[in-house]
Amino acid sequence: MMEFFEMGGYAVYVWSAFGLTTLVLVANVIFARHLLKRTKLQITGQIRREKRIGTTNK
Amino acid sequence: MTPKRKQRLLLVLLLIAGIGLAVTLAILALQENMNLFYSTTQVSNGEAPENRLFRLGGMVVDGSVNRTEGDITVRFELTDTAQHVPVMFSGILPDLFREGQGIVAQGMLNEDGVFVASEVLAKHDENYMPPEITESIERAKNTNTAQ
Amino acid sequence: MTIKQTFHKLGSPRSFDRLASILIPWFLSISVLLFATGLYGGLVYAPADYQQGDSFRIIYVHVPAAWMSMFCYVLLAASGAVTLIWRMKLADVVARAIAPLGASFTFIALFTGSIWGKPMWGTYWVWDARLTSELILLFLYFGFMALQAAIDDRKNAAKAGALLALVGVINLPIIHFSVEWWNTLHQGATVTKFDSPSIATSMLIPLLIMFAAFKTYFFAIMLIRARAELLWSERKAKWVCEHPEVRQ
Repeated sequence: MMEFFEMGGYAVYVWSAFGLTTLVLVANVIFARHLLKRTKLQITGQIRREKRIGTTNK
Repeated sequence: MTPKRKQRLLLVLLLIAGIGLAVTLAILALQENMNLFYSTTQVSNGEAPENRLFRLGGMVVDGSVNRTEGDITVRFELTDTAQHVPVMFSGILPDLFREGQGIVAQGMLNEDGVFVASEVLAKHDENYMPPEITESIERAKNTNTAQ
Repeated sequence: MTIKQTFHKLGSPRSFDRLASILIPWFLSISVLLFATGLYGGLVYAPADYQQGDSFRIIYVHVPAAWMSMFCYVLLAASGAVTLIWRMKLADVVARAIAPLGASFTFIALFTGSIWGKPMWGTYWVWDARLTSELILLFLYFGFMALQAAIDDRKNAAKAGALLALVGVINLPIIHFSVEWWNTLHQGATVTKFDSPSIATSMLIPLLIMFAAFKTYFFAIMLIRARAELLWSERKAKWVCEHPEVRQ
């Protein structure tokens, strides 16, 4: 098991490369989901505002 | 396709062709600078710059690596199979440095025609194999030559 | 239904959104499975290289990321062409979704390559043709994103971005052939060589699995981003206001 983590002496290089890739890929998922969620909330807010203006005008 | 779209398509194609042509011409003009290193033949023919740092690339000649006792200075020869250039380097060599390996060294030629390197980089090939396979290839080669 | 009708239906924002929300969870779960097998294959199953030892395992993130960086650019430029010629809104939406992903793949390729370069070449960076052209690719993505952010009018931003994307296409053959046209520190192509790939099968299989993982991952994230961009640009449309995920 230790042998696996040592990567034949290249542990620093191998694990930092894989670590950075994981970080970037996971960040992409979080950002994309956040963008979609925020967009939906903004549109919901906009619809609600328009409805309110619509009822006060009546 | 409507005539308007056809026109746009034509414009886009012309744009790409124009840019492509411009970039091709620029690259052709800069051809020499696009290369990372000079070959040993170019250096032997005196095509490499004088009194200026440049990069030299080639393969480490088998049996040419010479380490001085108690000194980190290494002497070896580089070749592109046609011409050899002697190289001198004191410093830490990359893990892949070995005889027969492709090397790119940065440095200057001295009066004796020896390339004094300040940095040595290893160029690795595009082949990826487990060690057992290379061993068996070597073994097969050896038995073939033995026969 | 004729092909043209199918195409038009797919091109309608509403059916695109519906199709995307069905596809996203599929792409995501398949990519998680592929990443798990690919990582196991690359880190455990594949043997160490005869020359580079275990450091060669960086190939399993470096090469798929580099391929994806170019694949994304092809898609970006293709959407650019569609935007300019057919003025299709969806193409603009997809382009905006692709750019940040393409940039992150390019960044991964450059960064992991640099980490790989240190122990093998002896340096993190050299200005050889391959490394420089890949860096230019990163700047092309940044340029595209900057243009989108700087121009307020969506139609003008789409046109400007599409033009930039198309002009930058010239960089793709330069990246690919740089290792053949000039002498570089970077080695030549391994898998896409015309003769058989010069990599052992036990090392190639995990690489191909990782490539499939990156690709499905890309489609999942691209579709999530495209949905967000599309909903926003269509926010005045009836189908968005009546969308079950928007209406509370």
